[in-house]
Amino acid sequence: MKFRRFGVGTIALASASALVLAGCATGGDDGGEQSGGGEAIITANGSEPQNPLIPTNTNETGGGKILDAIFAGLVTYGADGSPENDMAESIETEDNKTFTITVEEGHEFTNGEPVDAESFVNAWQYGALLSNEQLNSYFFEDIEGFSYDVDSPLTGLEVTDEYEFTVTLKEARSDFPLRLGYSAFYPLPDAAFEDIDAFGENPIGNGPYMLDGEGAWQHDVQIDLAVNPDYDGPRAPQNDGLRIVFYATQDAAYADLLAGNLDVLDSIPDANFATFESDLGDRAVNQPAAIFQSFTIPSDPTQFANPAAFQHWVGEEGQLRRQALSMAINREEITDVIFEGTRTPASDFTSPTIDGWTDELEGSEVLEYNPEEAQRLWAEADAIAPFTGSFQITYNADGGHQGWVDAVTNSIANTLGIQASGNPIPTFAESRELITTKTIETAFRTGWQADYPGLFNFLGPLYATNASSNDGAYSNPEVDRLLAEGATTTDRDEANRLYQQAQEILLQDLPAIPLWYSNVTGGYSEAVDNVEFDWHSVPLYHAITKTA
Amino acid sequence: MAYYIVRRLLQAIPVLIGTTFLIYFMVFAMPGNPLLTLFGDRTPPPALLERLEQQYLLDQPFIIQYLNYLGNVVTGNFGISFSGQSVNDILARTFPVTLRLAFLAITIEMVIALSVGLISGLRKGGIFDASALVVSLLLISLPIFVLCFIAQFFFAVQLGWFSPTVGADASIPKLILPAIVLALFVVATAIRLTRASVIETSTADFVRTAYSKGLGRRRVVPVHILRNSLIPVTTQLGADFGLLIVGATVTEGIFNVPGVGNTLYQAIIRGERPTVVSFVTVMVLLYLIVNILIDLIYAVLDPRIRYVK
Repeated sequence: MKFRRFGVGTIALASASALVLAGCATGGDDGGEQSGGGEAIITANGSEPQNPLIPTNTNETGGGKILDAIFAGLVTYGADGSPENDMAESIETEDNKTFTITVEEGHEFTNGEPVDAESFVNAWQYGALLSNEQLNSYFFEDIEGFSYDVDSPLTGLEVTDEYEFTVTLKEARSDFPLRLGYSAFYPLPDAAFEDIDAFGENPIGNGPYMLDGEGAWQHDVQIDLAVNPDYDGPRAPQNDGLRIVFYATQDAAYADLLAGNLDVLDSIPDANFATFESDLGDRAVNQPAAIFQSFTIPSDPTQFANPAAFQHWVGEEGQLRRQALSMAINREEITDVIFEGTRTPASDFTSPTIDGWTDELEGSEVLEYNPEEAQRLWAEADAIAPFTGSFQITYNADGGHQGWVDAVTNSIANTLGIQASGNPIPTFAESRELITTKTIETAFRTGWQADYPGLFNFLGPLYATNASSNDGAYSNPEVDRLLAEGATTTDRDEANRLYQQAQEILLQDLPAIPLWYSNVTGGYSEAVDNVEFDWHSVPLYHAITKTA
Repeated sequence: MAYYIVRRLLQAIPVLIGTTFLIYFMVFAMPGNPLLTLFGDRTPPPALLERLEQQYLLDQPFIIQYLNYLGNVVTGNFGISFSGQSVNDILARTFPVTLRLAFLAITIEMVIALSVGLISGLRKGGIFDASALVVSLLLISLPIFVLCFIAQFFFAVQLGWFSPTVGADASIPKLILPAIVLALFVVATAIRLTRASVIETSTADFVRTAYSKGLGRRRVVPVHILRNSLIPVTTQLGADFGLLIVGATVTEGIFNVPGVGNTLYQAIIRGERPTVVSFVTVMVLLYLIVNILIDLIYAVLDPRIRYVK
């Protein structure tokens, strides 16, 4: 899960993202030359990394973008999210529980150390250990030996040969190989463990790019990346280097793009939503991203400090009311008017950029605006127990959410004739505290950005009983069963079918009310070509070429 | 003189301690656990959160946290930010940039305020005076971000005279556009003050004496009128300096200046106590120093002012 730093809005709106630069580009590696004047250096926007540049400790886009350029994992993702081997020669399993991973020989870190089985195993052991306090440690939770509460080595990792190791999971997970492209699973050279703090400042990687000398990372300003001449994976750079400029606001980055000082921008400021497509013409990008937005109404009031606050939202009455709310929201109009078409109305709980997504789930009509049906269902619920009080959605006021929250609650109020309003909380930290301590007394804004391109990632952590980010305390044995079964099914299509079935139950229970998918909005200058944004909203930097 | 300076500096110590205490308390009192923001919308594992809280002393009562911070500051260590960087390093790389911007803005402000104010004051009620009044009213009523966006869009994006953003090596030429905007933001008050002061001085007895001695305007205006009008203006410039350091946040964001404003804003949002308190402390210190300097400049401007025991 990576979240964005600036546009505090985006921190909030997007909870997570994997930022793996994926590659489908082939072709000549023309790197090898250090960057210099007049060469094809691509400038792109970014933000100051919030953490030292260590893969297992970077969970926000500012640092993630850089790590993905300077490291290469076992697999990498294509623009559509399809996995492809990068450092791996093969990843084999018979039962989805024990995986035999063979690392391709001949790859090196930029300090000359070979990339071998140890590079991965040591990095993962480091990342998983509680006392190392790595923010991404949860990525290793499925590996045998992992513990959240005590220092415990990953006993499931075993080096069997210089270039081969096995991974044993606690239980079968068919999408485990798919996760391996996420930055938490990147390898580290031995040099990293000698002085991890120094390494975080000047990381040594094995990816398509490398830091352009000592001090390439100018804090709060920019980072210069040169082509790594020794990289020969699927992401061979088609340019001579990458300069990621850190912007405090997206508005500044947009001004630079218009003035021709910036080649690629991956996030258009809110203020320019209405105009960027005319400003940039066919150099504007606006496509769905792997970001799902919703609001959650707690499902199990007994786990919350004030159970009475959710008395109308449980059982049959709750189900009717949730469906009525969902049908009372005019998603089309809100995404058009408030977001100028930079959001796409949701038709499930995942994202259209993910393999297995469909807008034809049974019961998905509950996500369409239907005021008559909404009123009918609400009246039916009132017959069970009359509704009292008002309906509120809590959101963090520092995240730019007021516009849509007001629009959604107005839509609900007008359709159902009840009192509905937003409940702003000053800061993101405070709103998260209300949610994690379960002292919240209203519905609340929720969002999810995928770590890796799989349906399970949108469902397992959010709706499985007691899952790590199941903030609404939802629990349904049938959903648990389908998710578990999907996780152990080898056949990807079959697994996706099970996840879709789980979603059909979610569409009846509506533990969270799906709203829309965030689009990636971006653009590029006339000086560059071959700009393509991948499944999780990041440009494929290595494929970009200079036109002049 | 030396005694005076030492006394003023000693007076600054309780001010600084009081400031750090107040700011630390305010950041402490901000609701919500700041470490939760490190995890975005994901709920962190409790054991990991607990360890991080211990590391940043967030599990300790306020007074322990504060004394620990103060103890470190005394030994020259301003603490560690959530990003694992030494706050000393952050201070050392951001303050010079903001100071450069503020000095440039103050210089521009001074040049505009003195020249426009002087001419307006000398030709009170004339066309120049009236237009200067209208323009200053306009400037004083515009929010700074409007000025920033207009300047950035027209002069940088449309006309291409300047770079729209500052970014790397925040050198003086690159800082000119944001400095002009900042100067315009505060210049109106200084213009009005200079004008009023010049008008008042022009009617003073010593000015009439100077003229009657047979001195020409070329001597009277700069030496007798302007110099004697400078004291209130200097005070204003000193106050503006503080305003510019603090008020640069918006400007720095829009022009992407890697200075104090951006870093401080992010630190406040993330509830990073050591960073916020250290930044504010250094700001207060700068403000105090500038005001001592201003007091010393009074003595230069007006020989009647003497700082003795």
